[in-house]
Amino acid sequence: MNNPFHVVVCASVVPDPLQTLEPVAGPAGPALKNEMMLPAILDPWAAHALYEGANLVKKVPGSKLWLVSLAPKAKLQQVMMTVAQKVPLQLVAIDGPSGGFVDAHQTATALAKAVSGISDLDRSRLLLFGGWESASRSAGVTLQLIGEQLGIVDQFQGLDAITPNEDGSFEVLERVEGARHQVSACTAPPAVLGWATGSLSEPRNDPQVGMANMRSIMPSLQKATAAAILPNGLQYTNVATPKQQRETRIVKDKPTDEIAREIVQWITGE
Amino acid sequence: MERASLDVDIACVGFGPAMAGFLTTLSRRLMNEDGTPAIESKVLPGMPLQVICYERADDIGFGVSGVVTRARGIRASFPDLEVSEIPMAAPVTSEKLVYLLDPIGASRRSTALQMADRLLRTVAKLPHNAFELPYVPSFLHKDDGFVLSIGQFNQWVGSQLMASGTVQIWPGMPVKEALIGEGRVSGVRLVDQGVGRAGNPEPGFAPGMDIHAALTVIGDGPVGTISRDIDARIGMPEGSAVAEWALGMKLVIELRPDVELAPGTVLHTFGFPEPEIFGFLYVHPGGVASVGIFVPSWFNCPARTAYRYLQHFIQHPYLWRYLEGGRLRSWGAKSLQESGKRGEPYLVGDGFARIGECSGSTNVLTGSGVDEAWTTGVQLAEAVLALAQEGKPFTRENLAAYENRRRSSWVEKEARVAEKARDGFHCGTVSGFFGMMLAALSNGKFSLGKPPKTPNENLATTAEFYRGKFSPQEFAAIKKDCEAKGISLHDPLMELCGWPQIPQDGKLLVSHQDVLLMGGKVQAPPGYADHVIFRDIEVCGQCGTKLCVEMCSAQAITRSLEGAPNFDREKCVFCGACAWNCPETVQGQPNLQFQAGAGGLHSAEN
Repeated sequence: MNNPFHVVVCASVVPDPLQTLEPVAGPAGPALKNEMMLPAILDPWAAHALYEGANLVKKVPGSKLWLVSLAPKAKLQQVMMTVAQKVPLQLVAIDGPSGGFVDAHQTATALAKAVSGISDLDRSRLLLFGGWESASRSAGVTLQLIGEQLGIVDQFQGLDAITPNEDGSFEVLERVEGARHQVSACTAPPAVLGWATGSLSEPRNDPQVGMANMRSIMPSLQKATAAAILPNGLQYTNVATPKQQRETRIVKDKPTDEIAREIVQWITGE
Repeated sequence: MERASLDVDIACVGFGPAMAGFLTTLSRRLMNEDGTPAIESKVLPGMPLQVICYERADDIGFGVSGVVTRARGIRASFPDLEVSEIPMAAPVTSEKLVYLLDPIGASRRSTALQMADRLLRTVAKLPHNAFELPYVPSFLHKDDGFVLSIGQFNQWVGSQLMASGTVQIWPGMPVKEALIGEGRVSGVRLVDQGVGRAGNPEPGFAPGMDIHAALTVIGDGPVGTISRDIDARIGMPEGSAVAEWALGMKLVIELRPDVELAPGTVLHTFGFPEPEIFGFLYVHPGGVASVGIFVPSWFNCPARTAYRYLQHFIQHPYLWRYLEGGRLRSWGAKSLQESGKRGEPYLVGDGFARIGECSGSTNVLTGSGVDEAWTTGVQLAEAVLALAQEGKPFTRENLAAYENRRRSSWVEKEARVAEKARDGFHCGTVSGFFGMMLAALSNGKFSLGKPPKTPNENLATTAEFYRGKFSPQEFAAIKKDCEAKGISLHDPLMELCGWPQIPQDGKLLVSHQDVLLMGGKVQAPPGYADHVIFRDIEVCGQCGTKLCVEMCSAQAITRSLEGAPNFDREKCVFCGACAWNCPETVQGQPNLQFQAGAGGLHSAEN
């Protein structure tokens, strides 16, 4: 293949979903209680995009991979300790909020600006990867907005697979209603690809990848620019997280049908 | 087999308070203000010293651990520290030592203790079945210290280290063994990836990389694989042996809004649920408390358990008035190496040095480990920096500079006082407390009791421990029933002894499996071998106590009718209790081997 791709993955960090998440009213609007204390992970949807992107770059010689991430710098540092061991990447770090309460348009503007600023990026080779959804409280539209701001008209959402062809075109599997996939063909980049889960498992930790990555990641983190994200009048009338409900009860010698009936009753609140 | 390798200047194993102290001190002096290396790397000329730390857990702050510490070493490293900068940290505001009487009548108390209880109940009003001692002995007090969450503290320090860009910390990367040749440690080997449960290569197999380093710094905690590997291969100093341990198990609890316990409140308890078991309650900011117990290896119960005892502990009336209506936020367990100075291994050797708990720094008299661990890390860093600046190799002779710093510091002085302080507990609980007081008052010159036995030597037989509680026939029936169900014995045995069933409420009082689910999530990434191995299953079949099953903090080891117990890596929280509780040996080694492995508990809230 002589049609390499320039894959840019937009991925932020989110509080680890295992933590206790509690919304509070902060000075700049809604926030999570102790958000900066909570361990963070790469947004799981975007993580799939990263692994798929790395796999594509590996398969198509000459291709390159960038990870563009807007997140609080300290949290990004923490997450990079793990992510940097997974796949070879070049990080473009932007210091800013990632809690999901920020206006998606502003986030998209900051990310689009960062993508535009990548010096050796060939926009005609660009595949913009990201999560179809987000595990933060975002509206799930940021990736589409970045694409629009970069003037990319071909957008695919809910991807589970990409197959590159010799001529630089590629096919994607998009999720559609009824648990089915739609096959779409794209003749050439640029394109926006919002990933569902893909088909790859999380890559193993590789110390050599980590060492190689860290030589570029640390300077990138150190020169991370602050995103100009300001309150723009966006107001939240109500913020709440889904309540985890748990009622542990030990029952013995109860027929399974009866247990199932009780669980259904509990779920439906009857 | 082709094995990749990497050359660094300093390889570090394990990221805890000791390594945090080491790396903090080191990182501050690796670069000059003008951005040039203060100390040049030997493996990457022109670059600063290349320092890498490998940590098994998949992040540096996923473990749950509430501690109270005087933090002398931490404050020396951060002279301008504002405690509020560290999440969940608070200065100690009040401290009490509380003797908890048994309101149930099920604990196993000696005649002397029963008499003391009767006397107390007669002469003092004890509305909550507890006696608050009029003062906290000076050796135990922490009133100039902090309440901390070690998980949060590690994250706080780790983020500063990462921001410095001078050292690298790689979580999710377990170290399998030390590279030792001709008496010199020349680095470490990481674990193989892409293997099955038994370590057999599978698709995607990648042999663990060899990390070559001029200096290997080991801070791998109480049951660290590398520390034990080195001990096994080069031995222990004469007269030194690790014989004492404890299992600490903790809950992080969100208190009821009306509970008026100020952040920084510290309660040390003893006497309940069993006289041998110590407990604590530390209050963090935000109406959150860490509550837990320590089950020591000199507790001779053949069905040692922690979780069931922890549930009874929090329901003691003295504590329950604060905890009732609270909500479980997190849970975790950890072994503690409690031999201290007595279990001190070789601190240094050619190419290696040890810091923190694995180096015997924990002080069992003062009940302190974090302060000592941090300080030993700082002491090593200062010695290493001096050697590196002078261009001297990391030989045993040169690294003695670290040993000398440690020997002349408060860590060593206090360790010597503590050395025999708890020997009295091997003669009984009352003599144990007198022994602690005697050692403290005499600066360690005098002590009571006798040298410690190993955890297995301490163990009573079921008939001895439960004498008068139930008949051999009853025990045989329980054992048969538990084996058939694959469960541990301690619940039915405790109930036969009079411990009431736990009134589960689904919020704080929950089943053992539920605490594992609600209190965190065990990470067990695929492609790694099991880290708990039963070497000879016939020996397991003949084992009478199956103590590994009873003591397992997470029910990851369960009874089996087929000889060896079953091990479920997806439940293991890496507390390490099984590593010191296997009563059977094969060729001088425990039949249960606790090896290097990936994952562990990721607590719901640190």
